Amino acid sequence: MAWNLNSDRPIYAQILDVIQLRIISGRYRPGEKIPSVRDLAAEAGVNPNTMQKALAELERNGLVVTQRTSGRMVTEDMDMIQTTRNKLAREQVSEFIDKMKELGFSKKEVVELFERMGGEDA
Amino acid sequence: MNALVEVINLTKIYEKKKIALDHMNLTIPRGKIIGLLGPNGSGKTTLIKLMNGLLEATEGEVLMNGHRPGPQTKNWISYLPERTYFHNNMRVDELIRFFCDFYQDFRPERARQMLSNLNISENAKLKTLSKGTKEKVQLIMVMSREAQLYVLDEPIAGVDPAARDYILRTIITNYNENATVLLSTHLISDIEKVLDEVIFIRNGRVILQDTVENIRECRGKSVDAYFREVFAC
Repeated sequence: MAWNLNSDRPIYAQILDVIQLRIISGRYRPGEKIPSVRDLAAEAGVNPNTMQKALAELERNGLVVTQRTSGRMVTEDMDMIQTTRNKLAREQVSEFIDKMKELGFSKKEVVELFERMGGEDA
Repeated sequence: MNALVEVINLTKIYEKKKIALDHMNLTIPRGKIIGLLGPNGSGKTTLIKLMNGLLEATEGEVLMNGHRPGPQTKNWISYLPERTYFHNNMRVDELIRFFCDFYQDFRPERARQMLSNLNISENAKLKTLSKGTKEKVQLIMVMSREAQLYVLDEPIAGVDPAARDYILRTIITNYNENATVLLSTHLISDIEKVLDEVIFIRNGRVILQDTVENIRECRGKSVDAYFREVFAC
């Protein structure tokens, strides 16, 4: 969850991913105040305007809400946090499945492998 | 408000007919951090020196708030030259007093804070400092003014990566929202995350002025990668 902004994608999109993850994982708790744009920009080593853009986008999709007096906070809408969590999980799984297909694995083989390795962990 | 800096048809021809700037046109907005990028000899330093009134244009002009370079514009611009110009026998605290005398907008407390964050002693004589530390001191002085425009010629080239991060954070947190920072560098990958816009120059002309995010969005690559493609040798 550190600011690992090394891909070639737009920087605001990478920032957005990090903050989203921090909300889902509970590092920023529901209803908690989010640090200021300047502080976050300094922490991430990015341009404040870029940080602003990422936060505005999070506000637009509802994960972050603005209180007139107290700045930006994480939403208290647990359904929304859960929905985002599920969406990200599906993205991860479909990415994983795509990679396994490239390796020539069938869905059945993937499931078998997954269960075998899950068994090793337990 | 109108643009902060306007470069109009600016041309500089040195002796022996070397054309450094070739009818350059450029507008620099307020409140942005802008990278001036180009290969060696593309005209970056010539442009910066013309903005600071250190060279005379052969043709065209550069205007800041509508004014040609002069005593007034020097009050607005805080300039970091590519070489250090301080007297080696000075101590750091003498340098702070020197800047206080020279610039009304210099904030000594800000400079002292940054010096202490980077563990640089105010009692040290400049000649006892390493090259990189001298560069840090100079940048601290320049960034401790309340200028409208900071012009930094290769500000991070000589310092280690940890100090580089500190310096970039300082630029992000210190500059006021209406001020613009224009910096030239070759170290694009280190710096592109703090930039709003980049200007690519080649052979004394502007070949691109765009936002970092737009380049990444449209080209699908970082500014560093795009620079390598545009200026491939």
